[in-house]
Amino acid sequence: MADKVILLVEDNPDDEALTLRALKKNNIQNDVVIARDGAEALDYLFGAGAYAGRDVSALPSVTLLDLKLPKIDGLEVLKRIRADERTRFLPVVILTSSKEEQDLINGYKLGANSYIRKPVDFSQFIDAVRQLGLYWLLLNEPAPMENR
Amino acid sequence: MRPFRDLSIKHKLTWLGILTSTSGLILACTAFVAYDVRNFYSDIVDSATTQAKIIGYNSAATILFIDPHTAGETLGALRTDPDVIAAGIYTRDGKLFASYTSDPREPSSVSLPRSFTEPRDGQRFHERYLELWRRIGFEQKDIGAILILTSLQTMRVRLFQYIGIALLALLISTLGSIAVSLWFQRRISGPILHLAETTNRVSRNKDFSLRARAESGDEIGQLVGTFNAMLARIQEQNQELEQARAELEQRVIDRTAQLEAANKELEAFSYSVSHDLRAPLRSIDGFSQAVLEDYHDKLGPDGQADLQRVRAATQRMGQLIDDMLDLSRVTRAKLLREPIDLSALARSVGAEIQKAESERNVEFRVAEEMVAQADPRLLRIVLENLLRNAWKFTGKHPKAKIEFGVQQDNGRPVYFVRDDGAGFDMTYANKLFGAFQRLHAMTDFSGTGVGLATVQRIISRHGGQVWAQGEVEKGATFYFTL
Repeated sequence: MADKVILLVEDNPDDEALTLRALKKNNIQNDVVIARDGAEALDYLFGAGAYAGRDVSALPSVTLLDLKLPKIDGLEVLKRIRADERTRFLPVVILTSSKEEQDLINGYKLGANSYIRKPVDFSQFIDAVRQLGLYWLLLNEPAPMENR
Repeated sequence: MRPFRDLSIKHKLTWLGILTSTSGLILACTAFVAYDVRNFYSDIVDSATTQAKIIGYNSAATILFIDPHTAGETLGALRTDPDVIAAGIYTRDGKLFASYTSDPREPSSVSLPRSFTEPRDGQRFHERYLELWRRIGFEQKDIGAILILTSLQTMRVRLFQYIGIALLALLISTLGSIAVSLWFQRRISGPILHLAETTNRVSRNKDFSLRARAESGDEIGQLVGTFNAMLARIQEQNQELEQARAELEQRVIDRTAQLEAANKELEAFSYSVSHDLRAPLRSIDGFSQAVLEDYHDKLGPDGQADLQRVRAATQRMGQLIDDMLDLSRVTRAKLLREPIDLSALARSVGAEIQKAESERNVEFRVAEEMVAQADPRLLRIVLENLLRNAWKFTGKHPKAKIEFGVQQDNGRPVYFVRDDGAGFDMTYANKLFGAFQRLHAMTDFSGTGVGLATVQRIISRHGGQVWAQGEVEKGATFYFTL
């Protein structure tokens, strides 16, 4: 499983560093691809822009998606992921500050697999990332390729 | 036939004119006719009396000298009066002495009696003739009598002519009075009918711009004037009302727009707080933790303690932000009333609280069958806050009692949450429900001071009231209505 990457869509460098630290603390060795805005995330997934020529059939095992992003926001990224045949089964976990009801509803409506609110307490965050990694990287069986 | 009072004014006036003039005329005609009839009768008696006296005087000698022939000639003078049917002179003992008949060939049904013995002068009216007699005297002695029968035919004809003329006059004047009263009626009732028609149209069409025509300067004209003035006033008031309503509507639209804008702003603000204000806190906490882990030894015990304080403060601020957002969410949330079982809700909240600290000795008492019309989600927040407060403020007592019940006040239910915990000083009761207001030191009881503010917002959104009573170290009771 270690060959599978995690796509982290996050514009805040602090949050990026803390997320990476939390992954490391939990001994999650997977490569982490970082996209700093929505456009970059879509480029990676669909092999465009800086990621032109990438083998797009190699999907990340999970995408951690922030909602508030420059250029293309998280919900729009999610919408495009679900609209494309190649990525419609990609596991997407929304990882955000907001617990606004509207964000939760829209997130699930657009097909998010999970919604996690980043806690202020870093210890709690580490715990959340541990459970997240355990579930999506170890327990979860992804959809078979030929059905995608 | 309709009773007089239900007739239209037009008909009443016509009838009034006709009846007044006709009854006057009838009275007058009757009086004239009666007077004339009386005159006719007295005239005929007078003329017959005169004839009887003259003939009686002239024939006294013929009676004395027993000369009926001359007496007959004297009677013949009556021929000049065609109305005289017959006349006769009688002797003192009542025997017919001489007679006269106007037309001997045509013997009338009326004829002279063979004997006549009335002792005094007199007359008697018969259906068709007057019978009049006078005693004939000579030198104070009664020597006989004269009887004259006068036909009433001529007088009758004249009387009927007279009555006919009177009736004709009555008919003509009645027609005249009808014409006059119709004319007057039109003058009087016309404007009234017009006024009535106008009022009808005004009330039917709600059209206050209509006006009645004023045609005269009398009371009806004044009435029309007053009515028009009233209409003008109503129209004016309607316009003012309409204008006020339009202004009010515009104001409501403006206010609603302002309110919507304010709400949007508030939402945007909350959203921004939720996202942006928490992000730096996560950094502070996260990197403090990182420093604590990575540079544990270099920091020493004091540095570690300081950083722990930084983390605690950060987390507290995170909690404050969350509570503030909850408070604003409570204000913005839609209120959906439905019947809810408060007893069951309170027991479920109480069980949750107890599970977290099951080692505490707290008696939870919830009254049975409390049902209310309220928003279940919001009421759960109320009960969570009040019961958690009760739980928190009894925390320093080894044994505690928390009660949720209801009492009646003027027929409306007042719910209460009562505890026997730390209580509070009533002097500061007014500060209890203010946001971020706390009556206890942080070291004694934790909390952000938003709970009761949230409770108050929810209760006031339900149109209810919330208040509290307490005494230091004796406990507190929070009351609310819905």
